[in-house]
Amino acid sequence: MPSALAEIVDDFQAVSERERLQLLLEFSQSLPELPERLQNHPEMLEQVVECQSPLFIAIETEPAPAGAAVGSGPVVRLFFSAPAEAPTTRGFASVLHEGLDGLTAAEILAVPDDMPEELGLTRAVTPLRMRGMAAMLARIKRKVSGECHLGS
Amino acid sequence: MDPRALAQPSERHTMSYPVDGSEKFAAYAHPERLVSTEWLAEQIAAGAVGADGAARLVVVESDEDVLLYETGHIPGAVKIDWHTDLNDEVTRDYVDGKGFAELLSSKGISRDATVVIYGDKSNWWAAYALWVFTLFGHEDVRLLDGGRDKWIAEGRELTTEVPSPERAEYPVIERNDAPIRAFKDDVLAHLGKPLIDVRSPDEYTGKRTHMPAYPEEGALRGGHIPTAASIPWARAAAEDGTYRSRQELEDLYLGEAGLTEGDDVVAYCRIGERSSHTWFALKYLLGFDTVRNYDGSWTEWGNAVRVPIVKGEQRGTWPLS
Repeated sequence: MPSALAEIVDDFQAVSERERLQLLLEFSQSLPELPERLQNHPEMLEQVVECQSPLFIAIETEPAPAGAAVGSGPVVRLFFSAPAEAPTTRGFASVLHEGLDGLTAAEILAVPDDMPEELGLTRAVTPLRMRGMAAMLARIKRKVSGECHLGS
Repeated sequence: MDPRALAQPSERHTMSYPVDGSEKFAAYAHPERLVSTEWLAEQIAAGAVGADGAARLVVVESDEDVLLYETGHIPGAVKIDWHTDLNDEVTRDYVDGKGFAELLSSKGISRDATVVIYGDKSNWWAAYALWVFTLFGHEDVRLLDGGRDKWIAEGRELTTEVPSPERAEYPVIERNDAPIRAFKDDVLAHLGKPLIDVRSPDEYTGKRTHMPAYPEEGALRGGHIPTAASIPWARAAAEDGTYRSRQELEDLYLGEAGLTEGDDVVAYCRIGERSSHTWFALKYLLGFDTVRNYDGSWTEWGNAVRVPIVKGEQRGTWPLS
């Protein structure tokens, strides 16, 4: 798991179940706004319909820095948009943003699909709601693998 | 009172707290079951809302989003989460009498308190919570018409301050499911009598059995229960999330769905939450005495072996022809 994401997982694991919800709330508040170029072009965003509340994501790529490992693929920038009335969805998006934004395509594709379970939120948030986050991660990986053509 | 008494069907409405006498509500069969945002704001301003174990009026927020309450709620409101608080953690069922007594006691709600429930999404989950309160025969439980969104749209006060309720002594009351809850066998025995399917048209016709990539929440078969009328839940709600007027609801359920006075009705959706919203409209706004919510809904019916199913837009017949 990429180190930024592993650190977030550790932060969640280190606190009690009730505090994990508080932590997720804090993440929801720190989800960055969309840059203006995307705010004005909703067609560049893709909706993750599996989420109970509307969530839109966009990815952009930048050339990998000099010295990056062979096959790492480009650097991936992630953008999320979810309404304020959906703090749980925003919280999940924010965890993925903080943990994955700016990594290479190969690093993102290596994230285990069951990573959301490691946050230890399943009981407090319920399995039903956790599936939204798993779907978000799956969508990001699918888009990254589709757009970055690793190995080709 | 015997502390383990069976919950009585809440037909006897000796509402302990003044009702909202607004004109819109007066047209409904049970106007005492709804309160407006204006009414609630007045009660709060008068200092009537609390959760101190002795409060006569307690406000409960119940949302789909488990964190929404924490971002800001109606002053004095306590949170009850439909899933983590009201569902049993292991069995697909609601908490038992002991669990409910513990939950309500911890929230400072006494058996004779008037409870006003509100939530997000036009009160989906609030109506679901109200239905569960009713399984336990909690007598005076009302919905805030329009829910959370209307309160916010009107610019009313929100707070992030979480009340620390003084413990109440809520008695252990065994759930009395039969009057308002239908199980699969009840629905099989009910076939031939009116059913309302409140899911989206694609779910009703069977075009869609689950949300994409959500196989766990889906069903092996698509379609609807024979003869069920399709009235998606949201049609009972206006743009601002409030319930539609008595006349509009009659047009919908008596006109379009074809219900007649005195009918024995079962409503269902996917897991029983959207149909709670419809159950409330039929039971309290239109005054059908016998309305049951089938909470097993399509996640049970669409996976059950050898139950009859109709596909497509037609309601179908019973027996199947």
